[in-house]
Amino acid sequence: MLSFLLRRVVAALGTLVLSSVLVFLAVQSLPGDVATQVLGKDATPSAVAALRDKLHLDRPAWERYAEWVNGALHGDFGTSLVSGKPVGGEVGQYLGNSALIALVTVLFAVTGSLVLGVLAGLYRDRWPDHLISTVSLIGMSVPEFVVATVLVLLFSIAVPVLPAVVLYGPEATVGQLLPAVWLPAASLAIVMAAYIVRMARTSVIDVMAGEYVTTARLKGLSTWRVVTRHALPSALLPTLHVIALNVAWLVGGVAVVENVFNYPGIGKLMLSSVQNRDLPVIQAIALISAVVYVCCNLAADLGAMALNPKLRTRGGRTR
Amino acid sequence: MSTLEIPDAAVPVEPPAVRPGFAARTWRTVRSSRAAAIGLAIVAVHVLIALLAPVLTPYAPTVGDASHALLGPGADHWAGTDSYGRDVLARVLYGGRYALGVSVAATVLTLALGTVLGCAAALRGGWLDDVLMRVLDAVLAIPSILALLVVVTALGTGPAVIVLAVAVVYVPQVVRVVRGAALAVVPADYVTAARARGEGTWSILRREVLPNITDVVCVEFAMRASWVVLLISSLSFLGFGANPPTPDWGLMVAENRTAITVVPMASLAPIIALATLVVGLNLAADGLSKAWGVDRIREGS
Repeated sequence: MLSFLLRRVVAALGTLVLSSVLVFLAVQSLPGDVATQVLGKDATPSAVAALRDKLHLDRPAWERYAEWVNGALHGDFGTSLVSGKPVGGEVGQYLGNSALIALVTVLFAVTGSLVLGVLAGLYRDRWPDHLISTVSLIGMSVPEFVVATVLVLLFSIAVPVLPAVVLYGPEATVGQLLPAVWLPAASLAIVMAAYIVRMARTSVIDVMAGEYVTTARLKGLSTWRVVTRHALPSALLPTLHVIALNVAWLVGGVAVVENVFNYPGIGKLMLSSVQNRDLPVIQAIALISAVVYVCCNLAADLGAMALNPKLRTRGGRTR
Repeated sequence: MSTLEIPDAAVPVEPPAVRPGFAARTWRTVRSSRAAAIGLAIVAVHVLIALLAPVLTPYAPTVGDASHALLGPGADHWAGTDSYGRDVLARVLYGGRYALGVSVAATVLTLALGTVLGCAAALRGGWLDDVLMRVLDAVLAIPSILALLVVVTALGTGPAVIVLAVAVVYVPQVVRVVRGAALAVVPADYVTAARARGEGTWSILRREVLPNITDVVCVEFAMRASWVVLLISSLSFLGFGANPPTPDWGLMVAENRTAITVVPMASLAPIIALATLVVGLNLAADGLSKAWGVDRIREGS
């Protein structure tokens, strides 16, 4: 069990190190000279030389990588080429705002889609299943910006109850951002829920066909009890990974939605830093996204182990 | 009133003694599966519309008439006009060309690369498999939209760059799926026999492994195509994909969103076109995977 845990953690760390190398190489190997690209074609040679010096571009790539990783481990991601402020603090501020959206999204998407998915699975091939399956098929067939646009049309224009754009900068307080969180979160939740609903439905159907569910029903347990005590824990197991992947997907998903609503989050920062070629910021965001992805997957694996006695004992035996 | 149904005992399905031709089998599946038939029909209609766009509308998609800007739907312009006076319907009909062209090219490249790498990893195993899977894991950890944005800003927004960038982003997931399917084939006796005959990896891959995983690859193609269409339209919406004045659905939504209160059709028409195409692809993927017993939902994860 312990060795299984250890192996997973080591593998996760390995993935992270490899990701950081890829991120660094991808961003640093952008064609052309980084300093010229950042400053534009009209920059004076002395300005380019100054920036090259500042970015240590004359030193070998591995040295710069080592320095970057060392700094990142200490929370120092360098300084933004655009604002001149430390990247760590800037990204942190935007990240906090995005976390608000992510929290609301995950809360609604996961609870809502689990309920709907289980319902669809229980009423397999009857009207609740058809309805839920059709809606989730449409949900996974429209991009986030479409959902966002339709929601704005409904809730900001037809029935003006929620703001269509955020007027605050990144330093806005939670209270200021709270009214603006609902529409972006709903857009993301609808797209995200579609996948979880389908997974939950399939696993409930699988589980309900199992012998131990039949046994429980033959014992005379009520439907409610069979579902909550026997079916749900097993049905949750395969769904966990889909949830974890979707949480990781959120990091990319916010890029589109935050730009629709002008929400001052990590997605908006991502887009503007790509436009401005603010390399330290891009690297920091990519690295943080990779950390989120790896952590989510690790959490799903560990959660699956906690839920599945078979995995636990197998882990124990190999020890 | 019971909400639970005791399932029928699973009836083992006898494998067909003679494997019918792939085309004939696909045709049978499409005829028997309503979802696959509807989905493929929708996609076919989209392809036809994209090809026949010049015949279907008298308007050019990129030429505007400023005196007829921001019109609602009417007899002359069935879906109205946008802020440059361009016919919305014409732009929607032509818009399928970019979406379908780039998406199909990107999906074909992704699937081809993914299939070769996945099969190679499964067949060779050992260090190649280990290294490949580790690297792909690391690529997966970077959000696809960020990777795309970086590639596109570096190399420009030409269709070729976008096709390449999408392939980089989605190959890891295809490799995982194909490798999983191929691993089930590799221990089979006929593969061992082929190895014993001294056939090379490439020949085994083409003659023994590929024919046995076509189902998985086809379902993966339909599913990946729907993701690619969504990703490319998002990229256009963000201003990193199709360049104005190219008619493209994602770009159209971005352009007309600010005028949504004046001419809602200008935003809704491309949305409907985009949604129907992806619903068609998803239905096809669902139908085919169900008929062929490929666990699509689990593979999507």
